[in-house]
Amino acid sequence: MRDVIIIGSGPAGYTAGIYTARAGLKPLLIASSVEAGGELMKTTEVENFPGFPEGLQGPELMAHFQAQAERFGTEILMDDVIEVDLTGDVKIVKTGLGETFEAKTVILATGAAYRELGLPREKELSGRGVSWCATCDGFFFREKQIAVVGGGDSAMEEANFLTRFGQKVTLIHRRDTFKASKIMADRALNNPKIEVIYNTEVVELLGETNLTGLKLRNTVDGTESQLDVDGLFIAVGNDPRVWLVENQVKLTAEKFIEVEGRSSKTSLPGVFAAGDVIDPTYRQAITAAGSGCVAALDAEHYLNNH
Amino acid sequence: MAKDITAAEFEADVLTSSKPVLVDFWAEWCGPCRMVSPIVDQIGEEHGAKLDVVKLNVDNEPSIAMKYGITGIPALLVFKDGDVVKSIVGAKPKAALEADLAAFIN
Repeated sequence: MRDVIIIGSGPAGYTAGIYTARAGLKPLLIASSVEAGGELMKTTEVENFPGFPEGLQGPELMAHFQAQAERFGTEILMDDVIEVDLTGDVKIVKTGLGETFEAKTVILATGAAYRELGLPREKELSGRGVSWCATCDGFFFREKQIAVVGGGDSAMEEANFLTRFGQKVTLIHRRDTFKASKIMADRALNNPKIEVIYNTEVVELLGETNLTGLKLRNTVDGTESQLDVDGLFIAVGNDPRVWLVENQVKLTAEKFIEVEGRSSKTSLPGVFAAGDVIDPTYRQAITAAGSGCVAALDAEHYLNNH
Repeated sequence: MAKDITAAEFEADVLTSSKPVLVDFWAEWCGPCRMVSPIVDQIGEEHGAKLDVVKLNVDNEPSIAMKYGITGIPALLVFKDGDVVKSIVGAKPKAALEADLAAFIN
């Protein structure tokens, strides 16, 4: 039986790996088969992670995290956890490729998954004009009309990035001010290729086989309009990824994993949680990394006392 | 490893193939493509008797991606008798891909 299994490979998971490995706990980190590295794998320049004054690419930062975790003996498995039983003293973790692992403690660092707008045909048109990843799909919209929906840092980053490709980028936001940080919002507002439409939501996706336009509704006076676009990039936030454990650990009203005070302790003994899956507020690479450290120290403390 | 084909080879290797063909549209700069690429190779090795598997670099061959209306990668398209009969968008774990491809590999 193992001391620690870490589920997730974003900043929280890898930091938990670094700390538990350095504590001699030989952690197993189950990273996912196709999403290893987490959300930062989809970003470009990361400018706000301390220690890198010149900034670096998101995937490069995650490669550093992984290398540092491996350096101290974290075992990394590129597989997906599909089932867990965390209720007993022995925690059981099963993977997509059919392996079963047992551990005394588990650190949940499963992060958050992008949110959909919830419109009819959204799935059907995904990859046919509708996208959640500008760095993956921007290439296909050279000299095309692009819209971005959202008002946070991700929406600002995507809109700015997409001006490399698109003729014009329309940023659609349902409120009259952005939630994004000032530096990111200013970049979008000062970009001559970005036009901002406030107080507006997307109510319908138009087009037969590929997206050709959007039906918009003004959130103040209800007037509807149509916008011709070839691409829509959705950046309206993320939801904590809790499906694996939602029937076992206690969740908050907002469906995040509930932790005790400033710790990473969940409602189950020996089960700890870190990163975006517990954090409705800050959701930064650096706060997730800090949270992964907390979970590692809590797990180590638990193992010393059990 | 699955063969990377050119636009010139597309007709012979894909459209007029006697077997169904899975085409993995990918690019160097696409992180999720790099993650799914080895899984696509495995599917090619394990199910080669029933399904041919090839890759197509959209940077090198944008015309084919455009022709099939692809605006997001990785995109995995299955061609049968010259027509697209299945379209899978985005990186998925192996079991999920095998489930999506069940009609062609079982």
